[in-house]
Amino acid sequence: MPLSPDDVAHVAMLARLGLSEEERHRIGLQLDVILEHISALERADISDIPETAQVGNLVNVWRDDEPAPSLSQQEALVNAPDTDGEYFKVGAIQE
Amino acid sequence: MTTQTVGLGVDSAYEAVIGLEVHAQLLTRSKMFCSCSAAYTNAPANGNCCPVCLGMPGVLPVMNRQAVEMTVRTALALDCEIPAFTKFDRKNYFYPDLPKGYQISQYDLPMSLRGHLDFTVNEERARCGITRVHLEEDTGTMHHAGDVLQEATSSLVDLNRSGVPLMEIVSEPDLRSADAAREYLVRLRQLLMYIGVNDGNLEQGSLRCDANVSVRKFGVSELGTKVEVKNMNSFRAVHRAIDFEIARQVAVLEQGGALLQETRGWVETRAATVSQRSKEMAHDYRYFPEPDLPPLQLGRELVERIRSELPELPEARAARLAEQYGLSTYDAALLTASREDADAYEELVDAGVSAKVAANWQMGDVAALANQHHRSLVDSGVGVVGLATLLRLLEDGTINGPTAKELLAELYEHGGDAALLVRERGLGQVSDRAALTVIVDEVIAANAQACEDFRGGKAQALGRLVGQVMKAAGGRAEPALVNSLLRERLSA
Amino acid sequence: MSCAGATAAEMAASLRAGQTTPRQLLDHARAQLSRLDGRLNAFLAHTDDLADRQCERAAGMLADDPAGAGPLCGIPIALKDVLCLAGYPTTAGSRILEDFRPPYTATAVQRLLDAGAVPVGKTNCDEFAMGSSTENSAFGAVGNPWDVERVPGGSSGGSAAAVASGMVPISYGTDTGGSIRQPAALTGVVGFKPTYGRVSRYGLIAFASSLDQIGPFAQTVEDAAVAYVAVAGHDPRDSTSVPDPVDDPVSALQLGVDGIRLGIPREYMGAGLEPGVRDRVSEAIAVLEGLGASIEEVSLPSTDLGLSTYYIIAPAECSSNLARYDGVRFGRRVERPSLTETLLRTRGEGFGPEVERRVMLGTYALSSGYYDAYYRRAQKVRTLIAREFDSVFERVDALVCPTSPKVAFTMGTIQDPLEMYLNDALTIPVNLAGLPGISLPCGLSRELPVGLQVIAPRLRDARVFQVARAYEQATQWHALRAPMVASA
Ligand SMILES: [Mg+2]
Ligand SMILES: [Zn+2]
Repeated sequence: MPLSPDDVAHVAMLARLGLSEEERHRIGLQLDVILEHISALERADISDIPETAQVGNLVNVWRDDEPAPSLSQQEALVNAPDTDGEYFKVGAIQE
Repeated sequence: MTTQTVGLGVDSAYEAVIGLEVHAQLLTRSKMFCSCSAAYTNAPANGNCCPVCLGMPGVLPVMNRQAVEMTVRTALALDCEIPAFTKFDRKNYFYPDLPKGYQISQYDLPMSLRGHLDFTVNEERARCGITRVHLEEDTGTMHHAGDVLQEATSSLVDLNRSGVPLMEIVSEPDLRSADAAREYLVRLRQLLMYIGVNDGNLEQGSLRCDANVSVRKFGVSELGTKVEVKNMNSFRAVHRAIDFEIARQVAVLEQGGALLQETRGWVETRAATVSQRSKEMAHDYRYFPEPDLPPLQLGRELVERIRSELPELPEARAARLAEQYGLSTYDAALLTASREDADAYEELVDAGVSAKVAANWQMGDVAALANQHHRSLVDSGVGVVGLATLLRLLEDGTINGPTAKELLAELYEHGGDAALLVRERGLGQVSDRAALTVIVDEVIAANAQACEDFRGGKAQALGRLVGQVMKAAGGRAEPALVNSLLRERLSA
Repeated sequence: MSCAGATAAEMAASLRAGQTTPRQLLDHARAQLSRLDGRLNAFLAHTDDLADRQCERAAGMLADDPAGAGPLCGIPIALKDVLCLAGYPTTAGSRILEDFRPPYTATAVQRLLDAGAVPVGKTNCDEFAMGSSTENSAFGAVGNPWDVERVPGGSSGGSAAAVASGMVPISYGTDTGGSIRQPAALTGVVGFKPTYGRVSRYGLIAFASSLDQIGPFAQTVEDAAVAYVAVAGHDPRDSTSVPDPVDDPVSALQLGVDGIRLGIPREYMGAGLEPGVRDRVSEAIAVLEGLGASIEEVSLPSTDLGLSTYYIIAPAECSSNLARYDGVRFGRRVERPSLTETLLRTRGEGFGPEVERRVMLGTYALSSGYYDAYYRRAQKVRTLIAREFDSVFERVDALVCPTSPKVAFTMGTIQDPLEMYLNDALTIPVNLAGLPGISLPCGLSRELPVGLQVIAPRLRDARVFQVARAYEQATQWHALRAPMVASA
């Protein structure tokens, strides 16, 4: 089933991708083709097959609760587009 | 509107259904997935962060074992089951205080399931089911320029708190009143502090509580429309907010209205819950297994080891203390309110102070001083050992009550050795019969009117005379002896 | 010696014989780079001051203890620009990270620095490693040294081109669905993707966390083995890093293939293969048989589901991994009056079309109501694919097949995303199962390189090198240089 323009807009909003209408249209068509191909998975017999989220059989990988020095405030902020010298600065939240 | 207890009267046609979601920061030394300090308030803004908790590209989480163990400890204290297999998942959403754009949390296979917490509400025993206890990471914090969020022109982001281990304790919707919800929270907080996993600070948000509140007509089994109430940062706020919300929902239904499934925030200054209607299309968190963290298999051995390390829990301890030391249920509960208090009490008794004296002093003068100085007994100048010494001096008659009281106040603030002070200052009580008789005779001679009154049947006149004798004896006279000497001489 | 095109092993020998110095090797690398990179665009940044410092360091190490200095000491290398290098620009080929300088160095890179390797620069790649042609870089496409009008493959196209053009003997890339092996095949060099978990991902800008692995490009299998060993091994900063000791691929190089059982997966030799690719690979199989390997046709029936599985799992993970690019703490930000608008524009303008496509696809596959149909199903098929490899490896020691169904194509000729994705059909299953795989040159088709792929069971990385080295020794394809290099 092809994606409706609303579906595409909804997914773009979930992903916080600001796309133009033209981009949404194009991506929508491309996703339709890709999803059509992906529907091949429906052929697979996966009854009783467990899911693989990661390969390897590692479990209980953890570290001891030892603190270590952090970055300085200046190091933390150095890559930020906007700060007030102490905080990361962002625009108004309008919910 | 002052103390609002609108709630539901006994004759109400409605029943409230409440479940609490409690988030508790764990008292680990380092953060959940990086080695930054978990004591995040000690640094300047964004001075307690590393590439991992800043969510920088290419860096990876590494689990804090202690946080896992503390969560298991909590789950066991709440009688939860610990499944053999658990994993972390990503909860995806965008917010400036969430650096990675996802929170590492647990979704379908949490660390523990199906427990319960018992408590007493309005003198009745109650039990609330625990749905799950899981582990996740805290977010950073935001400061908004201007105090009204909607009118702020910019916001400031501090990521010092980002990545602090956070335990989420979800209850079943078993609570039926604001009283029950508050009592559940009081007991849960006490438990978390008892087992040393959380500092219990609701005001500063290291313990946070959200409530899911709905109402339904009595006898109806389906749940009503659920409203999530947030932003309650004291027991009082929890109580008031839930009461308000119940009344609001009943009012809406009574007026034939329909309730909206929504999130509402408690606004203290308005004494009301206010819709936070985030138009954000019904949250779609797109949970999926965290590929950067292998799952956990907490074997029996680990779980049993943690279980064996659990301290005696508050309810059991109160019961034992009542039984062992002949305390009233009320006193036992008070003395076990915190693990520190209960430990102090048992230490006093073990040090030879009688159970009754230890209880009276701890609940009386010590509690008052702790309040006055914002300093617990353990952290005070006198300490538990010093208090034991002092109370033994009292009990063996070396000093009298008023002297003990004065000394305690001094030692609590400034510290020192009680026995030494008593010797140096000659505070030992005077029990020398001959010496006291001289003073008693002098007081009788100088207070003819009071003697007359006493002999005339006014018993309270004796108190005045006792006071005079004590004063003349520098406060150190043994009160019982003074009493009996006075009676003796006056009736002679 | 002539340095352009020399192998790292040759350079290391010359260094120890006192015939050259790290400085001279660096100068040669820089000369080749400035001569050719105008046409190739393989590098996004030069790390000149770091290279100079590493030269000094390497010279010191060689002087102090020539035997103890490792095989990469003093050797010029190049790093894909998804590998973080503290204080240097690290863009992942994306506008959104144009000015980003990480305050940390990837574990793999740190190991190279500690070994005395000399990084000359950061190489171009598809944006966030998403692509099969390096045309998706925000900073321009990379030319194939065999024909600059053609693509070098991707996403590690810059690293492949840097080795294929003789600028450096060794470079590093990352492989999520074939991003080392496919460009190695298309540029006629060796490219190795280790067992998942063998090389730490700490400091590797994530595309798809459960699939990404760092690995080397080199001109010979021996160089690739040495380059792999230099970065392999457990890292406590990557929880998915394998703690077992690394089996030694260098000593495995001499073992040969006599008595080795090699499987030829039927599904990898089927439709879609360019005839020249099929012929070269068949010839290579015959060579291996001649060396004493037993050859057996095997079947991996779910192979054709690999692409679909991958194009759910990788986008799903990437949609989450790329959520951190919000213009708050780092990266480019496009300011708008409201926070949400700022976020939308920052990401809309910061990401290129392929990244947007995959973020959209992954977001959709995880979204409410579609998770079971897409993501969960893909995870189950992933299990199926891994199990098929497991059962085949009960009968054979390694698999031999083509790396890419086609040789390098002309830039701009593949516009359809799905058609582009098909380039990775033969490499993707290896990532899904977390296996080690190598691509090495096995001749030409239409005068362009063809890659032979060798795949082994998990943690049997050494066996991949063993088979590849046996083939390489029996043939001369690895000595064939791109015309651009020969005309030096
Ligand atoms: Mg939570
Ligand atoms: Zn940190």
